[in-house]
Amino acid sequence: MEQKDINTQLKVSAIQDGTVIDHIPSDHLFKVISILKLDATSNQVTFGANLDSKMMGKKAIIKIANKFFEGDDIKKIALFAPHASLNIIRNYQVTRKIRDIGLPDVVEGAIKCFNPACITNHETVRTSFTVSNKGHLALKCKYCEKITTGEQMIIIP
Amino acid sequence: MEKLTQRKRDLISITDYTKEEYDHIMRMAAEFEASPNQQLLQGKVVAVLFFEPSTRTRLSFETAINRLGGRIVGFSDSNSSSVTKGETLHDTIRMVSNYADLIVMRHPLEGAARYAAEVASVPVINAGDGANQHPSQTLLDMYSIVKTQGRLDNLNICMVGDLKYGRTVHSLLQALSQYQNPVFHFIAPPELRLPEEYRLYLNERDIDFAEHTEFTSVINQADIVYMTRVQKERFSTPMEYEQVKNVYILRNSMLANTKNTMRILHPLPRVNEIAPDVDANPHAYYFEQARNGVFTREAIIAYTLGLKNI
Repeated sequence: MEQKDINTQLKVSAIQDGTVIDHIPSDHLFKVISILKLDATSNQVTFGANLDSKMMGKKAIIKIANKFFEGDDIKKIALFAPHASLNIIRNYQVTRKIRDIGLPDVVEGAIKCFNPACITNHETVRTSFTVSNKGHLALKCKYCEKITTGEQMIIIP
Repeated sequence: MEKLTQRKRDLISITDYTKEEYDHIMRMAAEFEASPNQQLLQGKVVAVLFFEPSTRTRLSFETAINRLGGRIVGFSDSNSSSVTKGETLHDTIRMVSNYADLIVMRHPLEGAARYAAEVASVPVINAGDGANQHPSQTLLDMYSIVKTQGRLDNLNICMVGDLKYGRTVHSLLQALSQYQNPVFHFIAPPELRLPEEYRLYLNERDIDFAEHTEFTSVINQADIVYMTRVQKERFSTPMEYEQVKNVYILRNSMLANTKNTMRILHPLPRVNEIAPDVDANPHAYYFEQARNGVFTREAIIAYTLGLKNI
């Protein structure tokens, strides 16, 4: 079982130190990359999609060398990958594993408000939502108080 | 311990206040009704910033400020302000914060008031932000209910018309949900049905409500019939508006079997949803309701500036 996981991970080259984000739904891989701004980082990033997974059928994985996420910021990936797990790698070994990161209570500056009449879509205002998941994901805008649903989420570039 | 006196006491959304604060505003409004002219704002300047015109709300606030002895600066629509030069809301509010002790603002964009309150160093009262919130309207609605029914608990309330976009409906149901055993009847065409988030809100609190598409005898049980206007500007096409604008009209003949104490409220302006023959009926209360707005706004301003604490 453990051996198989390693085999799967090794389809994407191993990293010496850094973070591995596993169990990302394959179709949300690029959203996770985008929300973590990995498209703009200078760290070495490798990823794989459509990898076999017992739990998910198909999954995606991202490895970021020499990057260790701090605080609650990493939680925003749960908006797109609710069952993602986080592996902290030091000297090729998993030194810490966090399963099911969990949704953040608040998401700031990452998602656009779906309401076209919201002030955040007209002036330079950092968006802020309180997050709830009662059956379905709902982000309530701090400003216009409208709900942006999981399907309506657009990442601010 | 948090220094409450130093916390800025904005009123942006009806949910910013607790039930205790609602009750306090109700008591103060009654005091101001008994004695409307009190020089509490002497030496103070209030900025009344209307980024979109709303004569009724502006005059009501300005009357309240005048009765409290305050002075007013501001504008009644954005055409007569620096907004036409492209100034951001952020900069306008920063500038006005330097001049005034309090800002009362109306803005066409939703969330503008919350943002302004973050930017401003002085308290902000929201006088309407697009289709979002208009808390002083809700408080004056509540004061009208207290005055006519003597209570905010155990009420049967019929809400009629545009329940989808009608912000006054949403805020009023949230506020009344803080009180004992409200029963709501929502009467609207399917296109203008109460949004799911508010049905969920009531369900989560175990509050009784029923939805109707017919304007029928359900009003005979009501303590309050809350009529709303179907607002043209809330529709994306004129066709959608035309289809629903005349659906529910309250006529005098429909009031024969209603409770004696029932009162009809309407945030005004009305178009045709209340027939003119209702105006003379003792159930009609919408003009007195507008008058109550001045006393309620005096109460809100005094409380916001910490001049009348709980």
